[in-house]
Amino acid sequence: MQRIGVFVCHCGSNIAATVDVKKVVEMAALEPGVVHAEDYQYMCSEAGQAKIDAAIKEKNLTGIVVCSCSPRMHETTFRNAAKRAGLNPYMVEIANIREHCSWIHKNMEEATKKAVILARAAIAKVSLNTPLQQGESRVTKRALVIGGGIAGIQTALDIAEAGYEVDIVEKTPSIGGRMSQLDKTFPTLDCSACILTPKMVEASAHEKINIYTYSEVEKVSGFVGDFTVDIRKKARSVNMDKCTGCGVCQEKCPSKKTPNEFNRGLNTRSAIYTPFAQAIPNVPVIDREHCTKFKTGKCGVCAKVCQAGAIEYDQQDEIVTEKYGAIVVATGFDVIKLDQYDEYAYSQSPDVITSLELERIMNAAGPTKGHLERISDHKAPKNMVFIQCVGSRCADKRGKSYCSKICCMYTAKHAMLIRDKYPDVNVTVFYIDVRTPGKNFDEFYRRAVEEYGVNYIKGQVGKVAPQPNGQLLVQGVDLIDNKQILMEADMVVLAAAIEPNKDVRKIATMLTASIDTNNFLTEAHPKLRPVESPTAGVFLSGVCQGPKDIPETVAQAGAAAVKAIGLLAKDKLLTNPCTAKSDELLCNGCSTCANVCPYGAISYIDKEVNDHGIRETRHFAQVNSALCQGCGACTVACPSGAMDLQGFSNRQIIAEVDAICR
Amino acid sequence: MMQSQKEKAELIREISGVNPSKCMKCGKCSASCPSFQEMDIKPHQFVSYVLHEDIDALLESKSLWKCLSCFACVERCPRDVKPGKLIDAARQMVIRQKGADYLSADEIPELLDPELPQQLLVSAFRRYRR
Repeated sequence: MQRIGVFVCHCGSNIAATVDVKKVVEMAALEPGVVHAEDYQYMCSEAGQAKIDAAIKEKNLTGIVVCSCSPRMHETTFRNAAKRAGLNPYMVEIANIREHCSWIHKNMEEATKKAVILARAAIAKVSLNTPLQQGESRVTKRALVIGGGIAGIQTALDIAEAGYEVDIVEKTPSIGGRMSQLDKTFPTLDCSACILTPKMVEASAHEKINIYTYSEVEKVSGFVGDFTVDIRKKARSVNMDKCTGCGVCQEKCPSKKTPNEFNRGLNTRSAIYTPFAQAIPNVPVIDREHCTKFKTGKCGVCAKVCQAGAIEYDQQDEIVTEKYGAIVVATGFDVIKLDQYDEYAYSQSPDVITSLELERIMNAAGPTKGHLERISDHKAPKNMVFIQCVGSRCADKRGKSYCSKICCMYTAKHAMLIRDKYPDVNVTVFYIDVRTPGKNFDEFYRRAVEEYGVNYIKGQVGKVAPQPNGQLLVQGVDLIDNKQILMEADMVVLAAAIEPNKDVRKIATMLTASIDTNNFLTEAHPKLRPVESPTAGVFLSGVCQGPKDIPETVAQAGAAAVKAIGLLAKDKLLTNPCTAKSDELLCNGCSTCANVCPYGAISYIDKEVNDHGIRETRHFAQVNSALCQGCGACTVACPSGAMDLQGFSNRQIIAEVDAICR
Repeated sequence: MMQSQKEKAELIREISGVNPSKCMKCGKCSASCPSFQEMDIKPHQFVSYVLHEDIDALLESKSLWKCLSCFACVERCPRDVKPGKLIDAARQMVIRQKGADYLSADEIPELLDPELPQQLLVSAFRRYRR
């Protein structure tokens, strides 16, 4: 018979205000096997843990139930406390009477009743618990970073500096990401390329960093410490070792009609191209979809002009398989599509642009060589209107529910830069709120208003109508003056919402990392584990986790690197002992479990058995406990009840249900 | 029975199905409104009048009858507040509440306007007289 102790936590008033804690103690003490029950204000505190320690020792407890917050919060805390007191840590059960009870109920009587039931279920379960031992698994001392923007580069550099090998996988032909498209950065107005390119060079020159550009992650298997990843290196059609980066091929390429992605489609590029002049590696790729040679078989100009003989039309995609201990996701963002926002005439007028397009226009290496001009007629604008929150903070289906966070600041930056360089241009900004939390951020915004004379109007724009004379008629509202405004503008700039890169869903699925309804990767804990995914060994860097600016991204990239280093520094990892196990006497070898196992942890062995004198060979399921993540899919699927999850056995679950229904 | 302002505000919420608390005061409605200049209470103010339960002012406002029901504000409201629906609800309340003639036959000659389609007057007369 087990000797069970029950510990009920008040969690300050979090639990105690809604649940009669004393009553829970009283009722729990009546349960079979319970020899000790008490409550305390904060069970997780040192004093609370000391109470658990003392009770285990004094009363010779064989199992404990802690009625407190979610096991996601403090299960480890209480398991460690039990371990220190000499109890097997898997003899601890948590009854979640906070998230599952006190926080969601108002009526004390009802909530108390439910808390008692939850405690009862946990007691029933712990009565059937058996001590479990953790196994060990090895750690591959190499990290994978998915995405080669500033987040990925910084994470890779930090991990490499700690002495570990890092691979960066970047989808586009060059590392650099969004930051390489920016002109200046707020609030210091330093040139984006000037601070980014040295980091790109550092990453590519680092002996511990290996960069796969024009490559994508294709398949991920394994688990924390021991991931196996297939990387598809897309055919570049240019030999990376032979190419000298002279650029003649790009100059001579006759098909120059492809929209230039790097310049957001504001101009065109050749079919063989590097995205930008400072690209790393400085080796072009052939865009096979737009290359005449690949479309018609006739051309081959690039191969003729290449002095180095680097052009290889017959290159094939290549799959590289690597092992990694840790994976960092740094897939970044894109701006939303604006086809749902007809009222801003984005698709009707080339002079209605997004802020990222303006960024390219302002950039000296951009389509207009940094000269501020209208895309339609190359005329210098006299009046510019900026519209904030396009697709951000929307409750409707057109936009995103969240604030994109960076738009207020980059708009202030754009407005300020334009007023500085072209003082005769009138700049009007329509805003809902100006949000500038950050070091020197509000001062920056105020400077735009006070020193640079940017006209900020509290209100939104209802309509942008292109006029026959090429002007844009802007109808907006000034909520402070309570007046509707009708003004003509030469250019309208939309602060479009940002969203996670569209490929993140695919990557999250491969990694079994969770994502939220907006496709941002979910962190293991919103406050205390902000750079870790709930999936062990997967870390988050940059905007893939939520909107953020460059300094925040770099800080998070470093934090993700530290977490990855912390993992790589270990030689062995303790594995979760709550894995599946098959009962050879019941297993009929049907392979249903192997079919449902998402981790490929189940294999089959043939074993000779002696069944009442008849010798025969039988087929049994066998679980690789290093691969098994304890999801329990096999236990549900098994038709003969042979598969059981240790720590969550069928008997334990039934006992819990019985206790609830009693 | 006289309704309190609170009850009237409740009724407007009920008829319109709008929760004015969702408004983030962006002004998109007023920015979109083609009748803005004609209105005494502007579309974005409509939301705060309902929120602050100042309904009598709304029921007496010119805006009720200036709103074209074009639903630009309903279409474009990013917060699903849809002021046009609030205006519509207030209009409904006026119509339901008084139970009196809004349009008497005597008034019609005065209203005649060469630019006004006669059909409109006829249908208005049918609808708004007892």
